[in-house]
Amino acid sequence: MYGPWVKRFPERKASFTNGSGIRLQPLYTTEDLKEIDFARDVGFPGSYPFTRGIYPTMYRGRLWTMRMFSGYGTPEDSNRRLKYLLAHGETGLSIAFDMPTLYGYDADDPRALGEVGKCGVNVSSLEDMKKLLSGIPLKDISTSMTINAPAPVLLAMYVATAEEQGASPSQLRGTTQTDILKEYIAQKEWAFPPEAHMRLIKDMLVYCTKDMPRWNYISISGYHIREAGASALQELAFTLADGFAYVDLGISAGLPVDAFAQRLSFFFNCAMDFFEEVAKFRAARRIWATVMKEKYRARDPRSMLLRFHTQTSGASLTWQQPMNNIVRTAIEAFAAVVGGTQSLHTNAYDEAWALPTEEAAATALRTQQIIATETGVADVVDPLGGSYYVERLTRQLEEGAYEYFDRIERMGGVIAAIKSGYLQREIADTAYRAQQEIESKQRIIVGVNEHKVKEKRPISILKIDEQVQRVQTEALAALRRSRDRERFRASLQELRRAFQNERLNIMPPLIKAVKARATLGEIMQVGREVYGSWAEPDIL
Amino acid sequence: MGRARHIVSEEARRSSRQRKIKVLVAKPALDGHDRGALILCRAFKDAGMEVIYAGLLALPEQVAQMAVDEDVDVVALSLLNGAHMTVFPKVVQLLKNKGGDDILVIGGGIIPEEDRPKLEKMGITGNYGPGTPLKTIIKHITTRVRREKWGLHS
Repeated sequence: MYGPWVKRFPERKASFTNGSGIRLQPLYTTEDLKEIDFARDVGFPGSYPFTRGIYPTMYRGRLWTMRMFSGYGTPEDSNRRLKYLLAHGETGLSIAFDMPTLYGYDADDPRALGEVGKCGVNVSSLEDMKKLLSGIPLKDISTSMTINAPAPVLLAMYVATAEEQGASPSQLRGTTQTDILKEYIAQKEWAFPPEAHMRLIKDMLVYCTKDMPRWNYISISGYHIREAGASALQELAFTLADGFAYVDLGISAGLPVDAFAQRLSFFFNCAMDFFEEVAKFRAARRIWATVMKEKYRARDPRSMLLRFHTQTSGASLTWQQPMNNIVRTAIEAFAAVVGGTQSLHTNAYDEAWALPTEEAAATALRTQQIIATETGVADVVDPLGGSYYVERLTRQLEEGAYEYFDRIERMGGVIAAIKSGYLQREIADTAYRAQQEIESKQRIIVGVNEHKVKEKRPISILKIDEQVQRVQTEALAALRRSRDRERFRASLQELRRAFQNERLNIMPPLIKAVKARATLGEIMQVGREVYGSWAEPDIL
Repeated sequence: MGRARHIVSEEARRSSRQRKIKVLVAKPALDGHDRGALILCRAFKDAGMEVIYAGLLALPEQVAQMAVDEDVDVVALSLLNGAHMTVFPKVVQLLKNKGGDDILVIGGGIIPEEDRPKLEKMGITGNYGPGTPLKTIIKHITTRVRREKWGLHS
């Protein structure tokens, strides 16, 4: 029936292929489920291999955490925004730092010129962290910090801030992103060479396993890999490959896998191809559970659970006709929920222009609340489980990911694949191909290459006060004047010894140093002197 | 005079057929978001230009030095981090200091509309935002180089 029909009514395209390069059939049927053993491969939510979700009741028990990534300007500015979001029903904090903080430079460093407070909040010292979190009870709320290269330093500041509030490290709940591998692969915010960062992460892993059992010390991130241009398949494969590298790291520290693996968490992107995204999340859960059990011999089911945060795709948002971005974000957020995310950030419609205004951020949060309360999607677990198409796509993405794992392993592992530029090149190739498809209109982006209109500044945007750098620089000068110089100097000496000696754990001297009011830049500078810097291989 | 200019431009036209436009692509700040810059590098190459990529985290000083040393026609600057008003003019100034006055500077990234005329005034043109077709950017570079470097008017 299909053949004669197509002859009379030709299809829109000669072939239909999704972003991961998977050729799509016109229809999926029971035929496509032949290789899938439901009891073995799909199972039940809350049971191995967790394809359908990590908890038996999922959102019938508790909704996902609505966690809005937020931060700009001075710590005081961001403290106000965090409190605003909490007042509007946000259920967890998520902090965005500015570029100098992300690279480990102080606000008064020449490299920070023009960048302080622009893409997030500036935190150069413990004093800044205290101002940022002032009036927020850290023992009651979970906080996610998007910080990677200097993650151990920011964690030390968070611990010191909490202690001043009377909370002990063991009470603290939250996440530091810490995933340096995806920095080399995609976001490119590093300070030291890979081996040095991996050593520091190992120290965090050991410290948190012992002293901060409720802290997710790494959030293994596909988000940035995807934003840099990767396909859903590449995001899935490279992220999980990174995840296994961190499992290897924990094992190399002499820890049994079940002692630390349950605190590894993930962070994925959710873009516009709804079914592909849902399949990606399901495949990720199945792969992680399978490899943790079969390869790493985990026994504790919690070590097999792939818990993840999702952010809707920033790269899918357009500068043109920005209100359309509300619709894009809603579709992406819906896919993340159908895919079983544990927490979610929804982007604001103005984010192709600037950091979001209060109003735009509130609309983004409302999008989640509407999905949670008005659509009924939270009432049934894994609603697309058993769909011919989604089950088949889940399997195809899973197979594609295993092929990538093999390739990366043959290259000598993730770090070797970074050093050769392979992973970066794979992503850049996909990004360029996608751009060419947009240019040739094989791929349509509404408002960009079709349905265009002449627009006059359609929205008002958040402007960061250029005074932020001055305010932060003055605060640093005051801090340097008032701190106990002897205590400060001694703390940096102790820190240097810990940087130099791998047998020492970096966390205790780091906490000491931030308490002695050593700044982020001063601490990272000691690291730079010990470890040197890193230059990317040629990837063009 | 008119005749002489005509002859010169004929020569330039002839040599321009052999000569590739040489572009330095750079992100001279703390900004690792290189998706756009890498796409531009490839697109410029595919358009027949000779492309040098400054790599990440190059300082404005290093970018200007590289531009002069490599004798490029154009420096293409990309920033998504809001530092363009500080960093782009710095590169222009450093180019002047190093004797690279004749090197054209174009910009792009997340650049608010009100900043564009200010950048233009400093000689930084283009300043394209998200969603700009690659051919628009390539055409802008080609036109400027032909007109300002090669003295061609087409």
